Amino acid sequence: MIPSSWYLILSAVLFSMGVAGFLIKRSLVTVFMSIELMLNAVNLSFVTFAHEWHMVKGQIFVFFVMMVAAAEAAVGLAIIIAIFRTRATLNVDQIDLMKF
Amino acid sequence: MHLALFLIFAAFALAGATNLLLQKHPINAALSLIVVMSSLAVLYLLLGAEFLAVAQIIVYAGAIMVLFTFVIMLLNEGVEEKTHGSRVAKIVGFPAVAVFLSLVASVILAEQNHLSPVGLNDGIIRIQDLSAVLFRDLLLPFEVTSVLILIAILGAVALARKDGHE
Amino acid sequence: MTLYLWLIPLLPLAGFLINGLLGSRLTKALVTTIALLAPLAALGVVVRAALLVWSSPASLPYVETCPLGWIHAGGLNIDFAFALDQLTLVMLLVITGVGFLIHIYSVGYMSLEEGYARYFAYLNLFLFFMTILVLAENALLMFVGWEGVGLASYLLIGFYFSRTSAANAGLKAFIVNRIGDFGFLIAIFLLLANFGSLSFSALAANIAAHPELQGGVITAIALCLLFGATGKSAQIPLYIWLPDAMEGPTPVSALIHAATMVTAGVYMIARTHFLYDRSPLALTVVAVIGAATALFAATIGLVQTDIKRVLAYSTVSQLGYMFLGCGVAAYSAAIFHLVTHAFFKALLFLAAGSVIHGLSGEQDLRKMGGLRKKLPITFWTMTAGVFAIAGFPGLSGFFSKDAILTAAFQQGSMGKALWFVGVVTALLTSFYMFRLWYLAFFGESRSDDHTHHPHESPWSMLGPLVLLAILSVVGGWMGFGEGLGRFGAFLRPVLTPANAPESSISTSLEIALLAIAVAVALTGWFIAHLFYGSRNNRAANLAAALPGPYKLMVGKYWIDELYNNTIIKPIFLFSRYILGWVVEEGIIRGSAWLLAGIVTLLGELLRRWQSGNLRSYAGWLAAGAALLLFAILSASLGASAFTLHLNWAGH
Repeated sequence: MIPSSWYLILSAVLFSMGVAGFLIKRSLVTVFMSIELMLNAVNLSFVTFAHEWHMVKGQIFVFFVMMVAAAEAAVGLAIIIAIFRTRATLNVDQIDLMKF
Repeated sequence: MHLALFLIFAAFALAGATNLLLQKHPINAALSLIVVMSSLAVLYLLLGAEFLAVAQIIVYAGAIMVLFTFVIMLLNEGVEEKTHGSRVAKIVGFPAVAVFLSLVASVILAEQNHLSPVGLNDGIIRIQDLSAVLFRDLLLPFEVTSVLILIAILGAVALARKDGHE
Repeated sequence: MTLYLWLIPLLPLAGFLINGLLGSRLTKALVTTIALLAPLAALGVVVRAALLVWSSPASLPYVETCPLGWIHAGGLNIDFAFALDQLTLVMLLVITGVGFLIHIYSVGYMSLEEGYARYFAYLNLFLFFMTILVLAENALLMFVGWEGVGLASYLLIGFYFSRTSAANAGLKAFIVNRIGDFGFLIAIFLLLANFGSLSFSALAANIAAHPELQGGVITAIALCLLFGATGKSAQIPLYIWLPDAMEGPTPVSALIHAATMVTAGVYMIARTHFLYDRSPLALTVVAVIGAATALFAATIGLVQTDIKRVLAYSTVSQLGYMFLGCGVAAYSAAIFHLVTHAFFKALLFLAAGSVIHGLSGEQDLRKMGGLRKKLPITFWTMTAGVFAIAGFPGLSGFFSKDAILTAAFQQGSMGKALWFVGVVTALLTSFYMFRLWYLAFFGESRSDDHTHHPHESPWSMLGPLVLLAILSVVGGWMGFGEGLGRFGAFLRPVLTPANAPESSISTSLEIALLAIAVAVALTGWFIAHLFYGSRNNRAANLAAALPGPYKLMVGKYWIDELYNNTIIKPIFLFSRYILGWVVEEGIIRGSAWLLAGIVTLLGELLRRWQSGNLRSYAGWLAAGAALLLFAILSASLGASAFTLHLNWAGH
């Protein structure tokens, strides 16, 4: 028997590592992967609470998050391909056309 | 038993995440992420979410990460170049992450006595319970997600297509 | 019995609107008919009212109030109210009567001019405002009329607007009037502040109920009103617009700048005499200004060469007499002189217009001469006017001028000094009027223009001349007798001053003063005959012998130039440099520039934030999330930390 808080702490740590990865990674694909890591961390948190209060809805929410993440991954990667085609690079520092 | 399983797979998850941060080639990062996801699937199982554990493997590790791997293969960008990033990300971002983590951790630790412990003998939420809620109370969001995925497919096809094609 | 007072201003207003809006599309005959009907109808209403009042004088003052209120704000209640009393009735008779005659004259004078309908529209507009001025029951409505006649005067002086000098003269008249109106406004504010009401009857009753109110704020109000009156009635220091106003058509000069508008100042002082009676200082100032202006203007009139300018300065001088009359509390005498002056000055102006018309536009006296035979009716009517203004016994000017001078003489030593100034002015008046008479009508023709022959004016112009001449001759007899005869008796309920000197001089002294006045008039005629009766160089020699004074008078004492340099130029400099550069460019534009600059600067700074760099965005996002979380948690943690802790302990 372990306290639920351990799961939650693990979730928080994974999330923070996802944010850190977003900040330091230079390839667009890797940045995207950090986002997926963040989503997974949150999913873990949801499942923990679903277990805590024995609510089905918590798990259903995770289900939906997975669906949305799948859709988002598909579209996001398509965008990355499009970017690569036009800019020939995936370095985030060089994709900055949306500046002032 | 539960403790041992938790510790092992939590360690795997953390190691995978750390590796994701440290690797220079995207493919290595992708493989690390697969490790993280698989460990998380086991953790879900430990928390009594059998359906989600399997869904995690099938959808996340099996589909999404494969998609990532394919894209990495197609683009074949190679090792990340070291470019001057933004100073803001380092100066503002990292402290922010630290603050964030400490805040959340402090909240969790403050409330930990209120949370019930997790054990192997806790009930599993069965797939029957899940589907009962999903297909009865939340039928509309479920159908909407199917539309969402359709849109995503169309979007992805439209975006990734070569220009000049009608 | 209703007197239909509201019709008196409204009929000319209707004439103004019809002729002003539709005049260019109507035939000249129709325009003339409308233009003449309006004052005639107004005159009809006034005459009817006069007849009704004559039979029952106790019914005055008669007040008509418009049922729609005007201003009802807090303690301030002002209505559109017309009040008819004896003074107003006299003024209305003069305005509508003489006004109507001048309208008839204008038909002939302006028949060939452009802007015929516009002229009559403006003339009717003037009548509208002037009647409002005299009918007004409170000071604010009077101010409306006051401003309105200034406006009509501006429009009519600048009637020939394509001439720069005419346009400038119109502007000058309006601006100088406005300066005087400032005094009027201050007086209105003071009245409101101290008495809470602007209604003349209410104010008079208020003052009468407080015999201890003397001087102080009442002097201030009286002096402010006086400042306004000097603007409208062309006294020192604001007379400068009247000579320039001769740029307008001659009937305009007759109506506005001789008979009616310029008398508004005198009317105002008479109307508010209950204030002046409580302030000997203000009365002294009025008398001094009046006497000084009379003498001053007379000296300038001595050397003018334009026939209308002579008459203009003569008007300023005669208005000075009226002010002098008011200043010695002889209000009835001043109003009497106002009426007789309206007769003979309008006559003189119209006759001068007839001369100008007959000479096809010539106005210079040096180029006239010998018109006695060629323009006989004009000559005889003008003669009547000249004799009247000089103060020949039996004619109207004699009675009125003498009444003022006699009243002045009775006011102590200051009064005697003023009387002396008045007598000298009478001498000068007689002299320059006869000078004009001789130069215009006698001797050989000095005209350069030998193609046009002087022709007599049409009967539309001569008819009013004859009527006014008759009035100038016999009009004075209504004031003959003790205390200004029937005229004085009529006005006595309204214009009795608080300290009326009821004939405190002996009959022999009165006759002596009369004799001096007659002698002075005859002396003036004699001197004029000496200089101008026959062809000689005496005038030129005298001018050469005294070059200093002569130049001073010809240059109008350089007053216009003085005002220009001391007041107008500094104001221009102030406007251009301080208001233009400092305020306009510096402060206003500067503050606008500053605001824009701040926004632009902020924009520049904020722009840097949008670097397009994904990682910096992410960094800021993380920071924002941490901050939010911190804010939420601190609020809830801080507040409930203790209580939660206690709860946990017991859990």
